Amino acid sequence: MSDIVLAMDRVSKKFRKGELHDSLRDLIPAMIGRLTRHRPPEALRDREFWALQDVSFEVHRGEALAIIGRNGAGKSTILKLLAGIMQPTLGRMAVHGRLSALIEVGAGFHPDLTGRENIFLNGTILGMSREEIRRKFDGIVDFSGLEEFIDTPVKRYSSGMFARLGFAVAAHVDPDVLIVDEVLSVGDFVFQRKCLEKMNAVLQSGATIIFVSHDLRAVAELCSRTLLLDRGRIAAAGPSDEIIRQYLGTALRREHLVEGKDAYLSRVCVRNASGEASTFRSGEKAWLDLEVTATTDVTRLAIVVQLCANDEYGVFDTSTERLGLDPFSLHAGETFRCRFELELHLARGTYHVEGYVHRYDIDRQYDHWHQAATILVTTAQDVRGVVNLYPKVTAFGPTGLTSSELTPWREIH
Amino acid sequence: MLSSDPPDRLIVAPHPLRNLLAHREVLYMLTWRDITIKYKQSVMGFLWAILMPLVIVGAGVLVRAGVASVSGRPLLLGDVAAVALKAVPWAFVVSGIRFASNSLVGNSNLLTKIYLPREIFPLASVGSQLIDFAVATVPLTALLALARVGISLQLVWVPLLIALLVVQVAALGTLLSAGSVFFRDVKYVVEVVLTFAIFVTPVLFDVDMFGRWRTLLLLNPVAPLLEGLSATVIHHHPPELGWLAYSGAVTVFAVILALALFRRLEPYFAETI
Repeated sequence: MSDIVLAMDRVSKKFRKGELHDSLRDLIPAMIGRLTRHRPPEALRDREFWALQDVSFEVHRGEALAIIGRNGAGKSTILKLLAGIMQPTLGRMAVHGRLSALIEVGAGFHPDLTGRENIFLNGTILGMSREEIRRKFDGIVDFSGLEEFIDTPVKRYSSGMFARLGFAVAAHVDPDVLIVDEVLSVGDFVFQRKCLEKMNAVLQSGATIIFVSHDLRAVAELCSRTLLLDRGRIAAAGPSDEIIRQYLGTALRREHLVEGKDAYLSRVCVRNASGEASTFRSGEKAWLDLEVTATTDVTRLAIVVQLCANDEYGVFDTSTERLGLDPFSLHAGETFRCRFELELHLARGTYHVEGYVHRYDIDRQYDHWHQAATILVTTAQDVRGVVNLYPKVTAFGPTGLTSSELTPWREIH
Repeated sequence: MLSSDPPDRLIVAPHPLRNLLAHREVLYMLTWRDITIKYKQSVMGFLWAILMPLVIVGAGVLVRAGVASVSGRPLLLGDVAAVALKAVPWAFVVSGIRFASNSLVGNSNLLTKIYLPREIFPLASVGSQLIDFAVATVPLTALLALARVGISLQLVWVPLLIALLVVQVAALGTLLSAGSVFFRDVKYVVEVVLTFAIFVTPVLFDVDMFGRWRTLLLLNPVAPLLEGLSATVIHHHPPELGWLAYSGAVTVFAVILALALFRRLEPYFAETI
């Protein structure tokens, strides 16, 4: 018995852009063509494209594999193929053992049914028997923290409650292979931690996990090995730290459309003291080099930079004008350069740099470069959230200190 | 690259029946869901299961009363019972095909998120309609008893007739559900056909009223079954075996066609729907 539980061997998957058939006029020739001509699956027909191409990998029992990549890189397609929801166009794949795929939390919940009824419905859909669910019912309700609402139809649930119940059911399936697709983005922070802990526990019990997420910290924490996908192909595979570093590097800069813009950001670069960088220690200095190029004559411009946490929540925002720099003007074809210096007193995690070209007096935005660069901040201590407050902690023992040993409040003021 | 021992799932899907059996709990729960949802937040609840056939019976009684007034024969309780006997299964046929043919599109959220043998969706729809059918059988039985149709050994045919009817509906519903994944037109065609089907199916009338058109009417595979019910329950005759065999053959053919076509199209469901 080999210990490979999942394998893909030169798997490719073809999709079609646009509507299937635009009209009857297209449909009839297409149907006749399909019946009379046999085309090899390798050939791309009109409007077809490869969502996955030549993907091969193996996953061993008890391993946690992460799949990362930009939107549209093919991550979800891989999961849907593994889950059996779709069939590959080319190639072979194999799955050993009970597989539970969490492509979407609470898929299959019916809004009119109560939490209790949905636990049974969703549980059987995910592959548990009713007997098994009856046994685990209390555990599921407990995990979701929804005891009071368990007999309320889920249409009255908040989206967070919905997600909690969904994950609670899925977490109790006890699969041999657990596939998790970006489900941690829902639910509050506490629940996200709970999910990660549960996945860790699943892993400890000897199961295998395939994890897709944009939360690179969670990826680094949970998975030892990572696949990096880029436009349907495996761009890199290896130890998570290494692959994440590569992902954050220059190769994966977002595409930035500049056509039709009067002035646009032509370069955004993050550096540390020794050069271009993507990983920083908390408190370290970072320099943001930005360039604005004009295609026509433009006046009174300012550059805005913003740091966003992984959940798109802005944590920092400044601009050339707000920092006291005069608005600048450019003739067509000219380029303006500037450098921001920042001290990254941030908590550990992934942050994105957003760049804007703005004119304040008429409030016009010329350009926005979404996620122009991505950085990973590491901290020596386990501090979470968005800022690093450099915490220290002192213990005063079980009986506490006498009042004379504590600094009196008055002195602090 | 791949291990030498045979993998559990390759590109080839497992045997459909075995797969279905392995997922019987899901089939049960989806059937249960369809029934529960249908009657949630409805004041009348299960009475709706009786109301649908009741409307058809009403129409049938009107037709029969019309015929009776022309021929000068009085309308008896037995005639009402005869119409009801066909109306209840017919209501099942209509709603079973309607719900089943819409089942894959209606469950597209599940279809694209979780792997299940997809036959489960149309089968669960038919299953939930079957429960309605069973509920409606209770007042039907009472009506038959009230009309004193009597009991005979011919009643042993009834389970076979009902079974054939259910399988026909399941096969047709499965075929149509796969079709509507690719063409939403199927839904509208089904609606139109089901609306007019009552005119070419002997529900409100008996085939014998139609003389030489009789054969044409019986070509509808549901017709021999409804006529068979009428023959065995009301008239205590055996059903016409030739026509019953014909209907059975159509059923087998429909099942084979549904299985084959469903299996061929299933891989494209998730990306097409």
